[in-house]
Amino acid sequence: MAVAQAPGQERAGGESELSQKPLLTPGQLIWRRFKRHRLGTLGAFIIILMTLVTVFADFIGPYGVGQFHQQLGFAPPTPIHFIYQGRFSGPFVYGVVRTFDPNSGAAFFREDTSRIYPIRLFVRGDPYKLLGLFPTDIHLFGTGQPDSSDGQLFLFGVDRFGRDLFTRTLMGGRISLFIGPLALILILILGIFFGGLSGFYGGWVDILIQRLIEVLQSYPQLPLLLVLATILPRGLSQGVRFLGIILILSITGWTGIARVLRGQILSFREQEYALAAKAIGASDWRIIFHHLMPNTMSYLIVISTLTIPGLILTEAALSFLGLGIHEPATSWGLLLSAANNIFALSNHWWLLIPGFFIIVSVLAFNFMGDALRDAVDPYASIRG
Amino acid sequence: MLSYVIRRLLLMIPTLILVSLASFAIIALQEHFNGDFVSQLKLNPRVSPETIERYAKNLGLDKPWYVRYVKWLEGTLHGDFGYSFAKRQPVGALIMQYLPITLLITIPTFFLVWLLAIPIGIYSATHQYSLADHSLTLLSFTGLSVPVFFSALVVLYLLTNWGYPAVGGIFSQQYIAGSAWPWTWSWGKFVDYLAHLWPAVLVIGAVGVAGLMRIMRGTLLDIFGSQYVQTARAKGLPERVVIYKHAVRNAINPMISIFGQSLPAFVSGSLLAAQVLNLPNLEIFYFQSLQPPDEYVIITVLTFFALFLLAGNLIADILLAWVDPRVRYD
Repeated sequence: MAVAQAPGQERAGGESELSQKPLLTPGQLIWRRFKRHRLGTLGAFIIILMTLVTVFADFIGPYGVGQFHQQLGFAPPTPIHFIYQGRFSGPFVYGVVRTFDPNSGAAFFREDTSRIYPIRLFVRGDPYKLLGLFPTDIHLFGTGQPDSSDGQLFLFGVDRFGRDLFTRTLMGGRISLFIGPLALILILILGIFFGGLSGFYGGWVDILIQRLIEVLQSYPQLPLLLVLATILPRGLSQGVRFLGIILILSITGWTGIARVLRGQILSFREQEYALAAKAIGASDWRIIFHHLMPNTMSYLIVISTLTIPGLILTEAALSFLGLGIHEPATSWGLLLSAANNIFALSNHWWLLIPGFFIIVSVLAFNFMGDALRDAVDPYASIRG
Repeated sequence: MLSYVIRRLLLMIPTLILVSLASFAIIALQEHFNGDFVSQLKLNPRVSPETIERYAKNLGLDKPWYVRYVKWLEGTLHGDFGYSFAKRQPVGALIMQYLPITLLITIPTFFLVWLLAIPIGIYSATHQYSLADHSLTLLSFTGLSVPVFFSALVVLYLLTNWGYPAVGGIFSQQYIAGSAWPWTWSWGKFVDYLAHLWPAVLVIGAVGVAGLMRIMRGTLLDIFGSQYVQTARAKGLPERVVIYKHAVRNAINPMISIFGQSLPAFVSGSLLAAQVLNLPNLEIFYFQSLQPPDEYVIITVLTFFALFLLAGNLIADILLAWVDPRVRYD
């Protein structure tokens, strides 16, 4: 194929053509085709950015994840000002005062413009461990005011208990973004294992596995996940519950992949290289997982990126319904469940902000998966 | 064909039995870890252990789970699906109460999704790489990325702040009284139903439209590349005939197989939308029965869902054989 032809290089014919062509590995070819896909690269860029932000969430977020300001429950996002009394004074915020509307009795927040609180970089705040290793109390930005003082900075507003939604949204990404890839690993293991066995051996192994898949696929996914999630004992620690959710997601998620792999293995196992491997006495295990499975790699890469967004959405739905991640841990779905209350929602629109993080991350994975699907297709040539 | 359908119907029976058995085993595990329906009473110091024991005995919870399962299975043979502990009513009657709401929401959504997605997909494919196609593609990608409960929350937020009266539930207060099966309809009630219906349809259907239109677009584009379309164009047929008689006609077949696979998404979507928009449908009834475990409700509704999906797949296969003469089941 003309894929590897660099611009300006004409077909010289014969052997010289071969020697002049830059030799690219399949990986480099995939990367080349992937780069051409603008939305795909944008998606990959967003995923990397979001991952970095979540990893450094406690540094970037101005507050601790459980730090609360009792007086400021449901405070709206803090407006950032630049001009104070006609003079440019850099980014700053005002303190807010909770007042009551004399007519309706509803609480709202008024800015107290008598004093300004400049926003500074690298301020001291709630102590935490950077990357879980280095204890520090320096946050990327903030006003550096103590909890009880005025002049707090809440970019996304405050929840019912007075916790900063910006910090909690970033911290929620740790669960929402990472649960997908982690569950995916288990899903791939289950899918490859059962798909491989089913396709290679056929017979009663195949019938048994297909029957199992059929039963699992007879359930609508969400109701099955919900009833499985009720098994998790109450009072599990946060970490164990997180693992439990991953387990549940993978138990219900591997069947589609196993079906496709079975079909592929079924067609590969009759090919000559498989017979050759058998002839030199390779074990079944070796033939399935070293000779046959590598051929399904392009499918696996694509299905992996396209499975993750579904897992992110499913975790969000589970946590939203109260059967996924529990307080005090946080995830985007769990944060949104605070908005599932007509009073809280209609007066506090900022409770919806975590939803946009779900949308953007799912969109990014979908774009990337779509680009990868085109890129790994060995029969596709580079188009215009 | 008939023998094929009968064979498929017979094969459904062991699958459904396995599904119900697995469901009951899951519930038994839940009861093992988190306590059964009466265990919540143990938290109340005023209820004596003897009362709890008697109560459990009344509900049959003193017997092991497999005994209860076999009893349930026996009951289903003569239409008895057990008894709801929470609602104190037979499960069959409860399903008859909630299922109509599910149908009232799902059937209009379903038809709307298909009626919208197919033409949009055709338009997108016939105008490939145009501005409209790019926008529609972007829109469908976004539609697939928005969680159903999030769009429900946004719709709820906008409608309440707009002062829209018919949000939450499927009927207004004054019409609920007549909404036990069989219903009495009046013109006012019908209008009230439509006013409550459209936000739910919008929320549940958006994902479906986004997904189906992308599949329709992709299928149609594949077909546009095939030789019979080229032939049709070469012999000078008008473009309209090429598209609708040659291409779309063939693109419908894969869409029919998709029909069966699209059903679970409606169940999941309805559940999430119902949680936000307060729709009293079967899905949310199932969800509310999960904790503490109202076991006969859970197992019956789960098995019912499975039956619904299996039947949907069977109908899709039959339709496919009917539409596509190349498909034969022998």
